[in-house]
Amino acid sequence: MQYLLILYVNEAGWPELTPAQQEEGTAAYMAYSEALRKAGALVASNRLRPSSSATTIRTADGKPQVLDGPYAESREQIGGYFIIEAPDHDAAMAWAARCPTVDHGVVEVREIWPMSEYTRR
Amino acid sequence: MSRPGEAMRVIVGNGSMAARAEAEGVARRSYGKLVAYLAARSGDVAAAEDALSEAFAAALADWTAKGCPQNPEAWLLTVARRKLIDAGRRQRTGDLASGQLRIAAEELEAAEDEEIPDRRLALMFACADPRIESSVRAPLMLQAVLGLDAAAIASVFLVSPAAMGKRLVRAKAAIKEAGIPFAPPGRDELHGRLEAVLDAIYAAFAEGWTQQLGTDALRGDLAGEAIFLTRLVVALLPDEPEALGLLALMLHIEARRAARRSADGDYVPLAEQNPAHWDAGMIDEAEAALRRASTLHAIGRYQLEAALQSAHVHRCRTGRDNWRDVLRLYDAILVLTGSPVAAVNRALAIAELQGADAGLEAMPEASPENRLNEYQPYWAALAELLARQGAAEEARHAYDIATGLSSDPAIRRFLLKRREALRV
Repeated sequence: MQYLLILYVNEAGWPELTPAQQEEGTAAYMAYSEALRKAGALVASNRLRPSSSATTIRTADGKPQVLDGPYAESREQIGGYFIIEAPDHDAAMAWAARCPTVDHGVVEVREIWPMSEYTRR
Repeated sequence: MSRPGEAMRVIVGNGSMAARAEAEGVARRSYGKLVAYLAARSGDVAAAEDALSEAFAAALADWTAKGCPQNPEAWLLTVARRKLIDAGRRQRTGDLASGQLRIAAEELEAAEDEEIPDRRLALMFACADPRIESSVRAPLMLQAVLGLDAAAIASVFLVSPAAMGKRLVRAKAAIKEAGIPFAPPGRDELHGRLEAVLDAIYAAFAEGWTQQLGTDALRGDLAGEAIFLTRLVVALLPDEPEALGLLALMLHIEARRAARRSADGDYVPLAEQNPAHWDAGMIDEAEAALRRASTLHAIGRYQLEAALQSAHVHRCRTGRDNWRDVLRLYDAILVLTGSPVAAVNRALAIAELQGADAGLEAMPEASPENRLNEYQPYWAALAELLARQGAAEEARHAYDIATGLSSDPAIRRFLLKRREALRV
């Protein structure tokens, strides 16, 4: 089964780190990706640019409404994601617990709903 | 449905200081004893927990108003039995409920100040029964014997609280439905069954230990709770060498807890620890338990593991090389358990004696079958030996994987520093 790990981080934290701390942080994430890859569990992963660069769009009164900024204004924003392959929710949780985000943010674990389960042919 | 931990939270949150302190004390000392006694005849752990939970809540109100009773344990038992009877009456679902009702009513007639027999050992054997799935035995024991709630247990074992709650409910239903007996097994069966009890306690200890050790009060506490359970087993089965061995093993590891972190919170490996920061009293107690185990003449895995800890302590304290003894102990553990983890540690001992090449030669190959490919200490050990051998590229890769598999930020920092050191 596949799981999406959504990484919520306080974006204000990163620029406050020293270059050495940033390098250490990056190395920790690279090591985590490498461990996932070695275990054959890594499907995809990316870091996202700051939420200030986000734009949302929806329809209001039949007209498109476009707003700058992320959907939800909160201290923690989605900073990146991993899509992993894991035999069950427990195993996905074990991977989530190893994610460096856990030290400074929040990791949400969501099972991916395979399209084959809700589409009729 | 209420859970035992919730009642204790209520007690912590409300009530007078004295009533609260008394109730907490009783909860800590007697929770498992009361659950074991209440569930012993009906086999219904969940009903016993619910009744006891209500009794703790009632205690808070009553003790705050009237002061603590002379015998708080007996008071709680009486109230919990009444709650069981009430619950049985409310249910009225046929034979099962009325049977329980009868048992509770009978027991209520017993004198109030009776000495409550300690059936916690029986409860632990029920929790570690072969019919209970092995992964849920440790959580079940933590809940039934110590009163930890499902959410706290879930956090320790890193699983979803809802899933943990369901597993615990299922396991208790299994105890009741399968009629799993609340009695320690007979002599012929005792050794095999005790192993399952000890394994479950050690699993709880290991979770409490490996997950971000020292930074989390709950997990730190869990190691203490596991030691409490082992002391209980030793007190109730004083002539079981493996129970003594497990106690010695845990005390040795726990004794070094503080020394595993520097003042800045950095990870300090064993070889660099200052023995003065170890808990000498705990080490003495561990050594005494191990000596006593050895007089009982039945070697086992936990005694060997404890002897290893003892050897490490001796070497670090005296500076005298004893890797040959260490290797012999790993040989014995490997023969006894066939565990790939023992093989990894054995390879490290070989490296100390014969160099990194020989150590790497002895290192098992990681595979999905032996699960070493996701075993963090394997990659850390491999990285260390490759680094010593001078295979920088391979060592870096192994350090990466060891770092990525760790859930402890201090260990991650430590490994990344080691990796960095390879550049020069």
